[in-house]
Amino acid sequence: MASTVVNPTRMELTRLKGKLKTAQRGHKLLKDKRDELMKQFLDTVRELRALRTQVEQDLMRVHSSFTVASALMSTQAMEQALMCPKQSVELTMTFKNVMSVNVPEYHYQTRTDDTGDIFPYGFAATSGELDGAVAALGEVFQNMLKLAQTEKAAQLMAEEIEKTRRRVNALEYVVIPETQENIRYITMKLDENDRSTTTRLMKVKDMLLEQALEEKRAETAKAIKAFGGSSEQPQQI
Amino acid sequence: MASSYQIAVLGDKDSVMGFKALGLTVFPAESVEQARSTLHRIAKEDYAVVYLTEQFAAQMEADIARYKDELTPAIILIPGKEGSLGMGMANIKKSVERAVGADIL
Repeated sequence: MASTVVNPTRMELTRLKGKLKTAQRGHKLLKDKRDELMKQFLDTVRELRALRTQVEQDLMRVHSSFTVASALMSTQAMEQALMCPKQSVELTMTFKNVMSVNVPEYHYQTRTDDTGDIFPYGFAATSGELDGAVAALGEVFQNMLKLAQTEKAAQLMAEEIEKTRRRVNALEYVVIPETQENIRYITMKLDENDRSTTTRLMKVKDMLLEQALEEKRAETAKAIKAFGGSSEQPQQI
Repeated sequence: MASSYQIAVLGDKDSVMGFKALGLTVFPAESVEQARSTLHRIAKEDYAVVYLTEQFAAQMEADIARYKDELTPAIILIPGKEGSLGMGMANIKKSVERAVGADIL
């Protein structure tokens, strides 16, 4: 699988071993991160589901009471009643760090503390249903804000989990096996080189011995010649 | 980073009118086109949360997806006057699928 060409050198081997170690460590850490994120995410989602069901139900109730109110009042009168709000809401956002995901937390302040300020109209000219509807909406709003916070957190965490999961998989199935393969290749290549060096040395040694023997033999022959001229082997007595 | 944000409500007039009394900023929209351009406009301003009715959201999914991974605004779907389309729940399911790879809840 070694798709890229690697130099079978000791230096490369050391480098790859370091890389493998880092990759394995990173893989372990990211896996832990993914598991923990997943745990938190599932908790968030469970909370989110309950919250959303609640909010949707409440909002439908609010809508229906608004419908009743608009049936009892003219559209213009209702618009007029709601046109100039007394209350205004400011939101401050802080961040909570959940496993390196920045999750927003919303805190809201109303301009005035009086809860009655959500009614921006005089009670004389409007119907009672409108009061009920607005009051109910004021109650739902708390949950709506919590819903916003939870839902955004879930979205951001989902994104982060997806990213982390990809990284974990890339390390697990691509980087680590490839590095191991390369390390194996280099080790084998180096071993092979070692063996071939050994064989060559043995061969050279053989050749040298052969040569030495040859020389010895030539020397003996010369000595015999100089001594008696007889080329025969020493006779047995 | 400005630390003080506002909350916007975007939707058809009848659905969002009541939020005005609470002090939220209300953007009534008559058509999807208008809602779309309003959404892009307010996304650039200091709105941390945008509540959007599902009736509009159903027809501008691409625009919403653009802000999904951003920190602000958080676009939260709420049922409009005509009732819930179940999109909010579907979105939760989608993000679970995105994270886990399958819907496990």
